[in-house]
Amino acid sequence: MVERSRIVRRRSPIKRALLYITVILVCIVFVFPIFWMIATAFKTRAQAFSWPPLFIWEPTTRNFIDIFLKRQTEIEAITGWELELATGAEIFFINSMIVTFGSIVLALLIGTLAAYSFSRYRPKGTDTLMFFILSTRMLPGIVVAIPIYFFYRNIGLYSTHIGLILLYTMFNLPFAVWMMKSFFDEIPRDIEQAAMVDGTKPIKLFYKIALPQVIVGLAATVGFLIINVWNEFLFALLLTERSVRTVPVAIASTRGEVGINWGLIAAIETLYVIPAIVLIFLLQKYLLRGMTFGTVRGV
Amino acid sequence: MPRYYYRSFPILLIIPALAVVFFLVIFPLFWALGLSFYRYNVLRGEAPVFIGLDNYARLLTNEVIWERFVTTITFVVSAVALEFILGFALALLFFQEFKGRRLAITLVTMPLLIAPIAAGIFFKYIYDATFGVFTYFIQLLTGIGVNMLKDYAMLSVVLLDAWQWTPFMMLFILAGLEAVPKHLLESAEVDRLSWIDKFRVVIWPTIRPLVMLALLFRTMDAFRTFDTVFALTEGGPGTQTELISITLYRTAFKYFRTGEACALAFVILVIVILLTNLYLRMARRVGE
Repeated sequence: MVERSRIVRRRSPIKRALLYITVILVCIVFVFPIFWMIATAFKTRAQAFSWPPLFIWEPTTRNFIDIFLKRQTEIEAITGWELELATGAEIFFINSMIVTFGSIVLALLIGTLAAYSFSRYRPKGTDTLMFFILSTRMLPGIVVAIPIYFFYRNIGLYSTHIGLILLYTMFNLPFAVWMMKSFFDEIPRDIEQAAMVDGTKPIKLFYKIALPQVIVGLAATVGFLIINVWNEFLFALLLTERSVRTVPVAIASTRGEVGINWGLIAAIETLYVIPAIVLIFLLQKYLLRGMTFGTVRGV
Repeated sequence: MPRYYYRSFPILLIIPALAVVFFLVIFPLFWALGLSFYRYNVLRGEAPVFIGLDNYARLLTNEVIWERFVTTITFVVSAVALEFILGFALALLFFQEFKGRRLAITLVTMPLLIAPIAAGIFFKYIYDATFGVFTYFIQLLTGIGVNMLKDYAMLSVVLLDAWQWTPFMMLFILAGLEAVPKHLLESAEVDRLSWIDKFRVVIWPTIRPLVMLALLFRTMDAFRTFDTVFALTEGGPGTQTELISITLYRTAFKYFRTGEACALAFVILVIVILLTNLYLRMARRVGE
């Protein structure tokens, strides 16, 4: 454990009070919009449109019920979403889960294999390939989206779950490779080397010895990849229609007959952000690692 | 087990990754590069007509495109600068030891979890001139009502971006500060270095690479900002906040000028690559 260098000092009571006030103010600024979103989710349409804004009101759960329990035609009337027959709004949540799950399993599988190879065997051109994989992430999304759109239309992957899953796999691959490589780099090689001398097959070295040692890293990577895909909008907007749409696209296409129903939107956004928040409380140590492709340790 | 198995094993492991990159990045990019030399409208269903560099010539002589680039750069510079200053201040704040520090850091980083599109849409509600809570607070503080999305559109976009991404800067800089060796800080205290010298001699050399990395990531991400602006202002009012990514989206998916859109995509790509190289060179010079 490296000795941490945080500033620890005895402070005067006034200084300490000032510190806490600053911290609290900062937290309020960053949390308030999220708090307001959750608050709005529990307001009726009239309450959401009131001036001055209501800080104390009688909360309603109508919005949450409307999303899931209303009949299709009513949801369409409230939100302007075009649903397929016989589906309600939960279809968007199901879609989001399908593409998130599918693409993460794929990216993790492909990425971990590559990361293991890059970390342990360093085949020729490893540095170039690693940098190349990283650089695909630097491309502006819309620049890649245009060719993909026409490509998908031609080969029949447009507006399919599998199409979106493949695309998100590509999207997440750089993170998976870089993060997993950094975790593999950290574990000692002695055991693997000893086993190799004993004639253990390479593939067995991978899943019997190396993989169990990076389970924590694997979990951190999963968490980070989930947030990436869960919140993605542009590709989902361009590559899906109607019944394949994910929640971010559905949110963006909400409209009402008379103005936007903010309570309803806030309710969907609230439901949608809960998994991400739970994840990050579990994985906060690794957040930074994910954002930097594993190059920087957590705080 | 034959020998070639051992030799090809490392290669076998990376083949799936390379296949994904090839089919979903390289191949589409080259295809788009090809299309950028054609006049082609996907809706009309006509065969593409080869026009050589006409698309590029038209784009590069089009003043409107350059105006969009200026708008984009204005946005990128103001957003990243604001995030850098605030992020640095927050990192210094959270570098201190106090009760509840972990919780405070987690709370401040929460905006990173919100889908940018959701943030964009919800800030439309927050900024609303007639019932938005932001407007309400401004009125409470200054006594004047304000229509952010109409009168200060660019500022609204920058503030939203800063709200969401300042925590990102903060995390990087904080990680840098934590990596400063403790004994160096202590000997700086013993030597009674001034605050400025302590920063210059002890802290800056350690945090510099992380600061540079954070700036690079943020600048590139800001350059391709789409979701938030698309949701918040749709580039408006007029074209005040029309970033180049919005222009590209419109060219491709509203007017369906496919060939031209591909050409514009490559112009943007080249500019991003040039900017990155310029930046990396500058970062190296700062280091010397």
